[in-house]
Amino acid sequence: MTDITPFLKELLTAPGLSGYEDPAAEIISAKWKPLVHEISRGRLGSLHGLQPGVGKSPRPSVLVAAHMDAIGLMITGCTDGFLRLTQVGGVDPRVLPGTLVTVYATGAGGRQPIPGVVVQPQSHLLPPDIGTGPVPLEYLFMDTGLPARSVADLVQVGDVVSYAQPPVELSGETISGHTLDNRASVAALTVCLEELQFRPHVWDVWAAATTQEEIGMIGVTGSTFELHPTIAIAVDVTFAKGPGANNWQTSPLGKGPTLCMGPNIHPALHKAMNDLADKLEIPYGLEYSPRHTGTDGAAMQVVAEGIPTLVVGIPLRYMHTPVEVVAIKDIQRAGRLLAEFIAGLTADFVEKITWDD
Amino acid sequence: MPTIGNAQLRLLEKLCNACSVSGDEGEVRRIVLEELKGHAGDVRVDSLGNVLVTRTGSGPTTSLRAGKKRLKVMVSAHMDEVGLMLVADDGDGLFRFEIVGGIDLRQLPGKAVLVGKDHLPGVIGACPIHLTTAEERKKIIPLDTLRIDIGPGGGKAKLGDRATFATRFQRNGPVIIAKALDDRLGVVVLLELVKNAPPNIDLLAAFTVQEEIGLRGAKVAAYAFNPDLAVVVDATPANDLPSWDGEDNNSYNTKLGLGPTIYIADSVTFSDPRLVRHISEAARTENIPFQFRQPGSGGTDAGAIHKARAGIPSVSVSVPHRYSHTAASIARLDDWKNTLALLHAALRGLTPELLTPDRA
Repeated sequence: MTDITPFLKELLTAPGLSGYEDPAAEIISAKWKPLVHEISRGRLGSLHGLQPGVGKSPRPSVLVAAHMDAIGLMITGCTDGFLRLTQVGGVDPRVLPGTLVTVYATGAGGRQPIPGVVVQPQSHLLPPDIGTGPVPLEYLFMDTGLPARSVADLVQVGDVVSYAQPPVELSGETISGHTLDNRASVAALTVCLEELQFRPHVWDVWAAATTQEEIGMIGVTGSTFELHPTIAIAVDVTFAKGPGANNWQTSPLGKGPTLCMGPNIHPALHKAMNDLADKLEIPYGLEYSPRHTGTDGAAMQVVAEGIPTLVVGIPLRYMHTPVEVVAIKDIQRAGRLLAEFIAGLTADFVEKITWDD
Repeated sequence: MPTIGNAQLRLLEKLCNACSVSGDEGEVRRIVLEELKGHAGDVRVDSLGNVLVTRTGSGPTTSLRAGKKRLKVMVSAHMDEVGLMLVADDGDGLFRFEIVGGIDLRQLPGKAVLVGKDHLPGVIGACPIHLTTAEERKKIIPLDTLRIDIGPGGGKAKLGDRATFATRFQRNGPVIIAKALDDRLGVVVLLELVKNAPPNIDLLAAFTVQEEIGLRGAKVAAYAFNPDLAVVVDATPANDLPSWDGEDNNSYNTKLGLGPTIYIADSVTFSDPRLVRHISEAARTENIPFQFRQPGSGGTDAGAIHKARAGIPSVSVSVPHRYSHTAASIARLDDWKNTLALLHAALRGLTPELLTPDRA
């Protein structure tokens, strides 16, 4: 198995907010090109790669989707050179003061990245009732440090702002950075494609790096309709146990991917994956999602006439902060498990996707 | 004339990226001692860890009035920065920590840190927004729920290790973004003053420790030097942001881009008016932009120095910068350059007559 860390680190340094995924798509496309037979972009920007199966045509197909878009911020205005912000995706403003960011400016100075910081004004410049409490996003600014006139020229309303925290490797083969949600899963999907190079598979495999998941699973909906797979698998990060997060929704970090169960997941697929992981002795955790998984899987299941769907999770600490943490091993295990699952899909597997009532 | 060029910028980068939390200033001290090699006759490290440098003047004594000696001028900048200390081991690479110096708790979640002398990388995370309630988000994340996470296994971190924000120095044209600009900007200025010491004075340079926890290094440095007067070089907040309600911000302390800031009064020191006048006149003569820091709260090593021994006439001159004591502060290159130019001009013009009893 090749080391996925360099690719992941490259991907983590790229912006690619929901709706603006091109920088990430370019990196992924370059990595996938040698791994797939054809590569294209969907109508809403998702990247689609096809590894054709060896089965008789027409073959069944599996779509494996990992979203490539990132949460972040967007410029809403400028006051004396200080940029006002709104959020793209779910951002807790309490992690923002002191955060390094980059605004992708599109103003009169042309397209250019400008570094800056999300800053919290001094308390006397804030509404008195805030005191020492958290400062809502509407009162935070991005500061580039540049003179007010330059900022007004360079930056315009609607410009996107990405976290600029560089990725860093921690102890115990873990990695921290922003947008590991969900670039960690893109890396897992890449591991899967690499593994499948050496594994003949009967089914067609569509790999999709999807767009706009963080604002409502938008990209995957179009992709699933266009590619119309027989079954679908969403790979996304899930809550890892750690400081501030230890309830039933959390899974241990570094102890394997999670197999999710709940209404978004077809029980027959879940059981097949479960049995396979047991057989291969790949460590995994079970994750329970009583309603809506909040992943691309929830959207894929209800495309067209409905598609049997599976959700595989990679435990991640500090989700949606600039310092998310995942274990590299969990990425590799998820990738390998996906590849094994796909390689094991027989021509008649569809017939096994039944209701065990 | 000394100035800020690429060499000084590289030095600032090295100093800002170094970790030097109050009481554990070794990394900056090493850089300072290295820089001083060949530039000063007498360099020593005292019992607290201050670096004390003496450069005796060489100016013609004939220009001095009979019976007057060259002025002994203490110039100081602090080497320490605010930071964190690991105080309890929760196991598996998770550590509780305490704050060293003044850090707003709201600046901690979601930050990368460096732990210990080996700069072991770690992060201070926060509960995922998905697992919080709107009610919880109205309160700050309390310190006792935050951890430094250096990854399973925990590497080589140990209790008592200091940690700092991991922010790497960056420059974007006129802008510098880094941690610990307070007071690495001052440390570089002081190094340049030592290397280019004007001959008319005996320059006593103190690179001090423990400023951020109560001006403790400066206290003993001032006693040891016993100077005629002292000038403190620090970095001071520019709180020049807009007010939430659109009203004028009349309480900005200093403003970025308006040049070095001369202190008149803060919460621990009233600057000696003769020194304030001398430095502002030097600025006007040399055409160096400057601003007076708004009298108000805050303080520098001058707070300890001016009370040392029988009292030492003191003043502070600081580089304005925004977001002190956070992961990323912002300064402008020109303000820093002009601070060095102003201080050098002011020192060059110092004569013993300045301290005659007539303070009017």
